[in-house]
Parts: sequence; C-alpha cells; structure tokens
Amino acid sequence: MSDVAPPHASTSIQFDVMKFVTRYSTLLALLALVLFNVIFTNHFVSIQTLNVNLTQVATIVIVGVGMTLVIATGGIDLSVGSLMAISGAIAPLIFLGTAVHIGEIHVAVAVGMIVAVLAAGAFGWFNGWLITRFHIQPIIATLVLFIAGRGIAQVSTNGNLQPFKLGEFQWIGLGRWFGVPVQVVIMIALVALAAWILKRSLFGRQILAIGGNERAARLAGVPVAKVKRWVYCISGLCSGIAGLVVIAINSSSDANLVGLGMELDAIAAVAVGGTLLSGGRATVTGTLIGALIIQLVRYTLLANGVPDDVAKLVKAALIIIAVWLQRHGKA
Amino acid sequence: MKKTSLIATISSQGVLIALALLILFGWLRYENFLGLFNISTVLRYNSMFALVALGMCFVIMAGGIDLSVGSTAALGSVVSALVSDQGMLVGSLVGIAAGLCVGILNGFVIVKLRILPFIATLATMLAANGTALLLAHDQTVSVSYDGTFVNLGQGDIFNIPIPAIIAVAAYVIGSIVLNFTSTGRSVLAIGGNEDASRMMGLPVDRVKFMVYVLSGGLSGLAGVILASQFGAGQPIEGVGWELFAIASVVVGGTLLTGGVGSVGATLAGVLLLGLIFNVLNFENGLGWISLSAYWQSVIRGLFLLFVVILQSRLAIRKNPA
Repeated sequence: MSDVAPPHASTSIQFDVMKFVTRYSTLLALLALVLFNVIFTNHFVSIQTLNVNLTQVATIVIVGVGMTLVIATGGIDLSVGSLMAISGAIAPLIFLGTAVHIGEIHVAVAVGMIVAVLAAGAFGWFNGWLITRFHIQPIIATLVLFIAGRGIAQVSTNGNLQPFKLGEFQWIGLGRWFGVPVQVVIMIALVALAAWILKRSLFGRQILAIGGNERAARLAGVPVAKVKRWVYCISGLCSGIAGLVVIAINSSSDANLVGLGMELDAIAAVAVGGTLLSGGRATVTGTLIGALIIQLVRYTLLANGVPDDVAKLVKAALIIIAVWLQRHGKA
Repeated sequence: MKKTSLIATISSQGVLIALALLILFGWLRYENFLGLFNISTVLRYNSMFALVALGMCFVIMAGGIDLSVGSTAALGSVVSALVSDQGMLVGSLVGIAAGLCVGILNGFVIVKLRILPFIATLATMLAANGTALLLAHDQTVSVSYDGTFVNLGQGDIFNIPIPAIIAVAAYVIGSIVLNFTSTGRSVLAIGGNEDASRMMGLPVDRVKFMVYVLSGGLSGLAGVILASQFGAGQPIEGVGWELFAIASVVVGGTLLTGGVGSVGATLAGVLLLGLIFNVLNFENGLGWISLSAYWQSVIRGLFLLFVVILQSRLAIRKNPA
C-alpha cells in the first residue's frame, strides 16, 4: 500500500497518459489554476499576490502536516483547532505577565512560545494515549479535546480577548526573512521535514505500515502504540505552532475564535492532496498542493467578483471531485 | 455480537442512571430545578439537538457519520424564515425539504460515488453553509410574527413546549422503526457487517441512502424549530452541532463502529449533556462558586472522556483481544 511507483514504469516504452494524469492530477490542477489566473486575473503575477496567498494558506498547511501523518496511520485528529486555541491562550498569558512574571521580555516571549507549543504537544500526546491505551476510535478520542480543549483555553483566559502589540513575538506572523513571510518559511521547513520523515526514515515507514495494515505491522514488530502516540503528539505540536502564528497575525488572542473550523480545512487539504483517508498512503507535498488549490480557487473566485458564499460551494464540489477522481484513478 | 450488545446495554443503563442522579442532585440542591419553567425551558431548547441526534444515531448505527447536520439545520432555519409569512405548515415543510435535499445529496455521494461518509458530509456541510449564507445575504433573516409560524417554537400544548412534543414523537417513531421494522433491523445489520448484509441480500445501498435522507430531514426540522423559537433564520448557527450530536449518541452507548445502538439512550444522552449546562447555571445562581459558562465545554468533554473510557474498559474485559 505504499506510494512507490513500480520501478519498471519509467523504463516502460508505453507511456500511460491516464496513469500520469491521475498520479499528478493535483499538481496539474494547481498549474491549470495558476495559468488561468495569469491570463484572466488582473495583477496576479506579483510578489504581493504570492505572499497574500501563501500567508493565508500557511496555518492550514502547518496543521495539515501533522494531520497528514495522523491520517497516514489511519486515524484522524479533530482536536487541532482547539489545541491552536490552547496554545494561543497560553503564550500571551506568559509573555504579557498575566500568569507568571518574567522581567526580560525576550525570555518571556521565548518561554511563552515554547510552553505553549509543548502544551499543545502534550495534549496531542494525550490523544494518542487515549487511542492506544483504551483502543478508542481516533474520531471519538480527539472529539474529547475538540470539546474540552476550547473550553480549557476559554477558562484559562476567562473568555477575555488578550490584545498585544509586541514585535518580539509577532515576527512569527508578521515578520519576513529575505522578503518571505516567516510563517511561510516555517511551513516549507515543516513540509520538507515531514516529507523526508515519511519517505526516508524508519519512523515514516512505520507510520505507513500501520496505516496500511495495523495487524500486520504489529506482527512485523512495529511498535504501533509508540508510533501512534508520537504521531498525535506531532499533530499537537504543529497545531501549537499554527496557534501562535494566528494570534501573532491578529495582534490578539481570542480563545473563542482561534483555530475555529481548522480541523475541517486541514482534513480537506489532506484529502484534496491525495492522501488516502483510510491510511497507508500519504503525501505531505500533496497536502501543501491541496491547500494551495483550495486557497487559489477561493482567491480566483473572489478576485473575479464571485461572492465568498459561492466559493464555499465550489470548495465543497472540489473536495468531492478530488476524492472521487483519486478513487476512480486507483480502481 | 452478544458481548457487544451487553456492553451497549450496560452503558445505555449507565446513561439513564447518570441522568437520574443528575436530576436527583438538581432537585435536592436547587429550589426551582424541577419547576415548570425550568423543565419547559430545558426541553424547548434541547429538542433541536434531540432531533439532530436522532438522525445522527441512525447514521452511526448504519456505520456512517454525518458532519453536515449543523449547517443543514442552519439552512433549514434560513429557508423556513424566508417563507415564514405563509404560516407554520409551509414554513415547516420548506425547511424539512431543504434538509431532505442535503440528505439526498449526502446519500448520493456516499452510496453512488462511494466516497467516505466523513469526507462526503464534510463537503456538504460547506455547501449547505454556503447556500444558507447566499439565501440569507449573509444576515440573520427575521421571521414573520404575523402568521402562526412562531407558535411552532414558542407555543405550548397543555404546558408542554411544542418542540418537545415533536422531538418525543420523533423518538417514539424512531424507536418503533428501529426495533420493529425490517428497515430498522437492516440498519443495525449493515452497521454490524456491511459485506455480510450485502451477501444476505439486504438492500444495503437503499438503507444507507435512507439514513442520510432521514438525518437531513430531521436536521431541517431542527432548523425550522430554531428559526421559530428565536424569531430568526440563522445562517451561521449550527457550528459544532454535529459533534454535540455525535457526543450525545456515544454517551448513549451507541458504538461508533455501527451495528449496536439505542434510540432512547441517545435521547438520554442529549438530556444529560444539556442538563450539565443547566445545573451549572443553577450552581452559579447559588453564589457559592462562580464557574463561567466556558466550564460547560470542559465538563462535557470530561464527561465524554469518562464514558468512552468506561465503554472501552468494558469492551476489553468482555472481549480480551
């Protein structure tokens, strides 16, 4: 069930067009979208357009990386949005000095960010623990934190908005490295790292083995429970980072809103990107492309005067068509 | 099969015991907890969730999931508000019809295109949300107070809120269908083992199609009640309803893997999760403690955690894997 092309395919004289199209359908769709915009949308070819789209897609992709790994094991993580809210609530509590007082602002920001991301990771690990220790289905186990997680974030801030204006922290959402928004750099780094893990590392092969056939993987000596706990922990860590990016962009943290609906955006990106939702075959770059397609379709429609509500309908159709094509291509 | 149904029995009894204990606690501790006003308010408000959870219960028993229920209810509330000047009957029918349309779409995508229920209903959730916002022009739609429409959500018959009567009727019918009709038994059989059901000649595709249509229709009806109860069609309401409904179904002892379930226990699950919020309000009213409304999601989450761990412990004990 792994995503490796048969070795003779490249040497085969017959070039199978259908196979090529299904294999690279998401990439081709993305290219077609870009081409369409280059021709029909005014002012599309500009650094600003690129940055706007990449910035908007970055948090979805960052969460999507963790989600791809989770789905690769045959699981799902509904709690990502709530974990973003937790991370987004904890960091300002620390660097604004509400919860603990740290004099030096750089230290406070560093501690705040690290504690926030680690807390999200710990909650992610808790998801994995529930799933492996009690054999609870992932959708239900992560539903617990989906419901309780946002509550924890709201309770810890008493539901109040935490506004701030703090360059030392907000570089993560507003800063640039060599002209590239920082969160886009983080996104690319995470995608590259996760893609390497899935393709080249033992951990990655174990993830795919579990998703392909958990029983067989266990019999083959894969430490299933350990791998799964790590995967959910990674998903939590990614959500934690995404939460920081979102509150940095907003210059405030609102536990009621941070990450709301993120689980669905991330799952949609993973699905459109070509990762099998039943597990066993996963592509992180696909998730990046999937998120870009969804974002670019929305951008294209908005730029050409179509209301956002219609864009939602198109996105819905897109998800169905993408998943259907992948099924159809395989069959 | 026998073992799993035993677990379902224990946990469905568990939800009834928990509900009884919570009511007893409230009755002993708070003065007006069992007063007519409080009971009526709780029932009126939670009947919407009860209807949505009933549809969800059937979908889950058949081995599926329906994430679109919340935005379908929002869509139902918008379309029924738009025609509310035509009276109660037209408003209700149009709202239910909108829900049925979403359900038919779900059924088609899942049964004919063979796309996983999770992803199919995720897409229709977006689609229903977009349609509701389009029809409502991104605003809440006020309901006409001239006709009979608002009576549906706000009226009483013999001091019982009309939405509660509708919900109870739906559960009675649902229970009869599940336990005493071949379609109902097919739902459980398909959820238990789809391949085996197919080989036994059960109309698998038709039954699966029907549960999604049912879920859509009930969500639409919940939307109609939403609109008439609060006097407005609300395109952005319904966020998180699907997960609340799933939690109610699970708390009620229905296994998410399908094949086992109880309609009555789902209703108990809805009431239990709804009463947690109510008890919290009363507790704050006493003035001993002051827990913000945000605690309700923490408590609900903990409660769900408790139930699923309990279920899994029972499952392991009965069926050591």
